[in-house]
Amino acid sequence: MGSYILKRLVSGVLVVLIVATATFMLMRSIPGGPFRREKALPAAIQRNIEARYKLNDPLWKQYLDYMKNMLRGDFGPSFKYIGRSVNSIIEDGFPVSAVLGGVTIIFSLVVGIPAGIISALNQNKWQDNLAMGIAIVGVSVPSFVMATLLMYVFAVKLRWFPAAMWGTPRHVVLPMLALSAFPTAFFARLMRSSTLDVLSQDYIRTARSKGLSWAAVVYKHVLKNSVLPIITYLGPQAAAILTGSFVVESIFAIPGLGRYYVTSIYNRDYTTIMGVTIFYCIILVALNLLVDIAYSWLDPRIKLTEAKE
Amino acid sequence: MEYSPELFQQVPKDIASAEAIVRPSVTYWQDAWRRLKQNKMAMVGLWTIAAILLIAIFGPMVSPYSYSDQDLASQNQGPSRAHWLGTDDLGRDMLTRLMYGARISLTVGIMASVLNLTVGVIYGGISGYYGGRVDNIMMRIVEILTAIPMLLYVILLMVILEPGLQNILIALGVVYWLSMARIVRGQVLSLKEQDFVLAARTIGASDWRIILKHLVPNAMGPIIVTATLNIPSAIFTEAFLSFIGLGVSAPMASWGALASDALQGFRTYPWQLFYPAIAISITMFAFNFLGDGLRDALDPKQRK
Repeated sequence: MGSYILKRLVSGVLVVLIVATATFMLMRSIPGGPFRREKALPAAIQRNIEARYKLNDPLWKQYLDYMKNMLRGDFGPSFKYIGRSVNSIIEDGFPVSAVLGGVTIIFSLVVGIPAGIISALNQNKWQDNLAMGIAIVGVSVPSFVMATLLMYVFAVKLRWFPAAMWGTPRHVVLPMLALSAFPTAFFARLMRSSTLDVLSQDYIRTARSKGLSWAAVVYKHVLKNSVLPIITYLGPQAAAILTGSFVVESIFAIPGLGRYYVTSIYNRDYTTIMGVTIFYCIILVALNLLVDIAYSWLDPRIKLTEAKE
Repeated sequence: MEYSPELFQQVPKDIASAEAIVRPSVTYWQDAWRRLKQNKMAMVGLWTIAAILLIAIFGPMVSPYSYSDQDLASQNQGPSRAHWLGTDDLGRDMLTRLMYGARISLTVGIMASVLNLTVGVIYGGISGYYGGRVDNIMMRIVEILTAIPMLLYVILLMVILEPGLQNILIALGVVYWLSMARIVRGQVLSLKEQDFVLAARTIGASDWRIILKHLVPNAMGPIIVTATLNIPSAIFTEAFLSFIGLGVSAPMASWGALASDALQGFRTYPWQLFYPAIAISITMFAFNFLGDGLRDALDPKQRK
């Protein structure tokens, strides 16, 4: 177990380093500097600015500096907001996004898993058709469409929830619903097919034939086995929620990291784009690592040293 | 009941009629088509896609307006006889823009899927066919790439490349071939041990020929399913990119760009947002239904 975690940790660090290098190279390959404006600055000022941000150094030195600072957890200054560092942007935005993302994941698991089980237990009955009908809407409607529709119906027309901003629990409801539509539907569909899979196994028949009630069979035998695929998809779904948060936070004007990221893209704020991209990668790689460890812990059949699949 | 001796007469052997094939033999594709036709939702999806394709191709041709014609005298109108779906904030005909957007969104979806298919099939084919160390290295690379949140890199690529149709295709094509490569590799791994591959090799077929002419056609079922399901996710991604301002450049309009434009005046003119939203959702439905149906039809083992 220890050597497995170590191995995954090393490969995770490797991925982050590759990602950081790729991001750095990509951003440096943009023609023109970040301070080229439509109106040319006087040459002296241009030189001063470039010296201030160390843009005159040779590329390899800039790269080493950036990586060194990154390892110390410093993503450097923002190019657009004078006097603000990328770190302070992340510190401002990330807690908000983390709350929204966490609530979304919990909601989608709490709703998606039971919906999938109910569907599977009532295969091809009305409960199944209803749940899977809603689920196909969930995977087919993009998050920005969902967000704007929810906003129009519940905030503009019915006025049940605030249309924008952040702060009270009431502000969380609509963005959470918009963000969780896809993962909830995805988990429900996945749970349904894996439950059907488990239900056709011999050990379920054995459990039934020794006289256990359906409730006991479902709870003790089905659930534990059918929930495993959900765990493997937690990582990819977290990534989907993260990118979904870009648009949902922008639509609901939530001061989260996703909105800052989109704003920095609009503004071509290169250091912020770089820093936040790398930060997101670290978060997702760490999440995937946690999920893998949790998975091997929950399912002892999987030999840790073996590659997946 | 009496048993007469006639009942026990020997029937003469008739080898010719026993060997005769009564019904025409059904090929894999005919069988798949028969299964697909039985799936109502998949057929609805197929016809919807056909309808959307026709509208995308011919709609802008018969429309009296062009997607970029501005008419500042009639801004933000509701649906009327002249403009069936109303106009946008620059007085452009919404219906024309929507139909034109269908062209762009479908082009992106289909082209990106074809690109992924090409890259994925070649990569997965090589990796699976050569096996051993080549496979090991190539799959390690895929593993590392899978760990990277790719949409972030599509965004970065779009920041660097200028927004535009061609660049969206490049960004999507560079990035989304991983699952295709995996599936092709798995198929090739199990197929390459079969006798027909050995036969091909015995008569001197090159590796390249074996991969493209013998292995890939036999793996076509899962490849088509993956490609079909890639189309809606490419449309999804394009809409997402356009929505955050990295899509096609104005006055061109994909559905995502239309939705993004409509968001500003959303409270006053919500219908401007509803049209592209409905168009995207219907297309996603259609492709998802068709993809699910194709999976059941082409790959019966996977059916749950």
